[in-house]
Amino acid sequence: MSAAIRRHRRRASPQRQLAYAAAGLITAFMLFPLYLIGVAALQPRTAVFDYPRALYPSPFSIESVAFFLSATGILPALGRSLLIGVMTVVLALALGCPAGYAIARYRFAGRDLVQLLIVSVRAFPILILAIPLAVTFINWNLYDSVLSVALVHTVMALPLTILLAASVFLRIPSELEEAAMSMGTSRFGAVWRIVLPLSRPGLGAAALFAFVLSWNEVFAAAVLTVRNPTLPAQIVGALGQSPLPFRFAGGLALTLPALVFIFFMRPYLFSAFGQARR
Amino acid sequence: MSGQVEAPALRAAAGRPRPAVRFNRRQLEPYALLAPATIFMTLFFAWPALQTLLIAFQSAQGSFTLDNFGAMARDTDFRLAVRNTLLLLVLIIPIETTIALVMAVLAQSRLFGRDVMLYIWSIPLAVSDLAAGLVWFSIFTSHGYLNSVLQDLHLIAHPVGFLDYNNLGGLVTAIVLAEVWRSMSLVMVIIMSGIQAIPPELDEAAESLGAGAWQRFWKVTLPLLKPTLQVALILRTTTAFQVFGVVLALAGSALPVLAVKSESWVTEYRNYQLAATYAILILVLSSLSTVGYLLLLRTPREVFQR
Amino acid sequence: MSARPLLVSLAALLTFACGGTPAPTGGATPTAQANVGKVEFLSSQGQAVNEAEGMRKQVLAGFNGTPDFNTSLTGGQMVPKLLAEHQASKVDVDLVGDVHGDMVPLQSAGALQDLTPLLQRLAKDRKFNPQLVAYGKLGTQKQYYIPWLQATYMMVVNKKALQYLPKGADVNSLTYDQLAQWGENIQKATGEKKIGIPAATGSRGGLLNRFVQGYLYPSYTGGEVSGFKSPGAVQAWQLMKRLWAVTNPQSTNYGFMQEPLQSGEVWVAWDHQARLIDALKNLPDQFQAVPAPSGPKGLGYMSVVAGLAIPVGAPNQKGAEALIDYLTRPDNQKKTTAVVGFFPVLTDVSVSGSDAPPGVGAEAGAAGKQTNAKKALPALLPVGLGAKDGEFNKAYFDTFTRIVLHNEDIQTVLSDEAKQLQSLLDTAKAPCWPPDPPSTGTCQVR
Repeated sequence: MSAAIRRHRRRASPQRQLAYAAAGLITAFMLFPLYLIGVAALQPRTAVFDYPRALYPSPFSIESVAFFLSATGILPALGRSLLIGVMTVVLALALGCPAGYAIARYRFAGRDLVQLLIVSVRAFPILILAIPLAVTFINWNLYDSVLSVALVHTVMALPLTILLAASVFLRIPSELEEAAMSMGTSRFGAVWRIVLPLSRPGLGAAALFAFVLSWNEVFAAAVLTVRNPTLPAQIVGALGQSPLPFRFAGGLALTLPALVFIFFMRPYLFSAFGQARR
Repeated sequence: MSGQVEAPALRAAAGRPRPAVRFNRRQLEPYALLAPATIFMTLFFAWPALQTLLIAFQSAQGSFTLDNFGAMARDTDFRLAVRNTLLLLVLIIPIETTIALVMAVLAQSRLFGRDVMLYIWSIPLAVSDLAAGLVWFSIFTSHGYLNSVLQDLHLIAHPVGFLDYNNLGGLVTAIVLAEVWRSMSLVMVIIMSGIQAIPPELDEAAESLGAGAWQRFWKVTLPLLKPTLQVALILRTTTAFQVFGVVLALAGSALPVLAVKSESWVTEYRNYQLAATYAILILVLSSLSTVGYLLLLRTPREVFQR
Repeated sequence: MSARPLLVSLAALLTFACGGTPAPTGGATPTAQANVGKVEFLSSQGQAVNEAEGMRKQVLAGFNGTPDFNTSLTGGQMVPKLLAEHQASKVDVDLVGDVHGDMVPLQSAGALQDLTPLLQRLAKDRKFNPQLVAYGKLGTQKQYYIPWLQATYMMVVNKKALQYLPKGADVNSLTYDQLAQWGENIQKATGEKKIGIPAATGSRGGLLNRFVQGYLYPSYTGGEVSGFKSPGAVQAWQLMKRLWAVTNPQSTNYGFMQEPLQSGEVWVAWDHQARLIDALKNLPDQFQAVPAPSGPKGLGYMSVVAGLAIPVGAPNQKGAEALIDYLTRPDNQKKTTAVVGFFPVLTDVSVSGSDAPPGVGAEAGAAGKQTNAKKALPALLPVGLGAKDGEFNKAYFDTFTRIVLHNEDIQTVLSDEAKQLQSLLDTAKAPCWPPDPPSTGTCQVR
């Protein structure tokens, strides 16, 4: 009842028109570059160099993209990329949730220091870690394996996962667990049955970030693999050196899977909007 | 239900000292929870990072020295690199945070076609910086899409050199646009996760007291978003200190920044000492900014800590 | 913490367990047609997707074994990786295909095998270019890589630009003055700056440093190093500033000149031949390859060489040697040339005839004019600098940045950077290399 009234009021307001205008503008800004990748990739090779450039593919051609996809090793590399992404997500959540919970729920000596350390990981350029890490993995016989890449991607994703998990847990009233604990549930049980289900959307977002980071990461993947590159490592390694038409085709080839991931991760990202609809 | 009734009493109890044994256990719990992540990061990050950092304090022969820092300060374009990095930072972070806040708020209001819109807004999350650099280069390069449109509309007679080495404004604008485009979605999603966790009752209460939408955002939503904003800002600032792929694609050597310098010392000049020295500088600057955010956006204790 | 000694000993154990294969004997002749199994061939050349596919399907398909042609790393990424493998004594790569400059740090770390016996065996039935063989010794008495491909730098021009050539200038024997004049004419007529130089930086950067080292300096001072701050050098930088005034200001962004050439942003461009070839291949009617310009001291030009090397501890030694043998056979050299746009390293294989692959023939013509010019001044890639090779390049790039981009005083910059150059030469104890006159002891900037 009150919701219906509110909705009616909002529709009438000029504020709402402004909101539509802003949303439209932002959407256009987001879409336009993506559209241009598509145009550049879906036209004959030499058309990339025309000036003035055409703003739509004329004529339409999948020559570049088809060539890109037919190149050796694309499919196995795709499989490895997906596997590494999933491993990264699992590792990052398994290690990151307890740590995030500790930061959100406890006051302990060294808490600020832990937070600072977490952030300083992100501040460290991963590039110059390459050599020591590669030596370590070779010694541990993990080199050129899916696991080694997943471990490094977890290093890169973990700080964000911990911070996101902490901010998610912070937002869940601790009274809920305490109430459950007062009824005889262990803390673990309370977290498992009450906190985790409530934090699923937030943790879903954290998982998405970890996956996407892994999907897009090139440098570590390239240095740590020989026979078993990830898809981006394989494409991007060649991309820097390829002629422009191929680079656009590769750009599209990397972006399309991204569209699919985001589409499938949407429920986790956006299920939270259910709260607004309530 | 019954738990919510008991909750206030429990919270009151939490403030008082507990029996000694439980108190000790509670003290140990956070460390136990942090242990797996700590062990993992020690093995795979801290140890190799320490090895790398030590290199910055070593001469080519391996003895201790501070010469590398002097060499870095004397490096051609060192000051420009610091200036450009900071310049990009102070432009990118406020712009993208503001737009992302607007996006998050728009996403909360029930606009028609919101689901599609949100999908589109999230796509750049998954676009690599190489692809982003590529497409924005094709827009701004002198025979690119922007000049094509301007020339088709007869607004210009000759292509404009947006990315010319001496066109600082053009270069910075292009890089800021590309970076904002690429990372705005990330900030939006982080902020949204914060907004959704704010109990709707608070907003409704404020509304029933006669607060307008603007006032509610300013007085209710934003203060409660502080911890979330802190995460977003810290994360984006530390990564902005490492801005790399997009700069390389759009500006090449025309706009030196710290991360590109560090990368060049590794891959081109093969001097790991100096590369590590640049890495330390990036680390120190990022840490300073982090401390700044932590102090600036200090969250009230009753919200952040128990 | 206490876990660390355990891990270290575990690692040592694993290393021994896996590195236990007996050290291969160099120079063993593989039996005629035996399948040599899987050969891991890590190459920084042929990275472009079309080139990598061409290598796999046209060149390597006939090899009696299973070559894994891996181009996922650039030269800059390959070196740290190979060094790490070497440091951990667990080598995964059988054959390395990379440019001269990347071989230097590998050799100085002791990561490359001595291939002298293999070269002697191969030289029996094929004629390697002796200068390239000498490069492969990396300033020692041993052969650390076998030449694989060679290339040079030249200019490619859009035929639209020819009408603006200065009076009396021949596009096939330009001087630097005429080149600058040409650019000025073009700007006057079209209002645009159409000269192009690859001056981008970073991992996908341009080769401006080679233009300065191998073309500008020899043409104006007769050498690469010794005349670094001589009056000739001042003249060279004055010319460079004049040239830059009519060079597309986006040049600081260009890594590979074939793209701005094809898009029409640039009409006259200098670059590595492999970074120009697409323009000639895709639009042969529009573009023309021409030799580099000459200066008061002659026509300075530089050759580059990519080599094949076997890392110490390569798992498939026999396979790697067989693949080197295969790749340096005359017919395969010709096929490789067509795929990656380099020239062969054998003196009896020609690519300039009528059956030349597209683009390569045109480039071979221009390269021939460069080599055979009356005042030709062949410059070598920096020799003997070891790990300081990269910083040596940086000194030239920095000189350009300061004089041309930041407009600093030429004389001041030259004496600053000369000090830097000298300290690098002193550290590496490098003697002079051609075209600089030979030195007793370390090369000196005069």
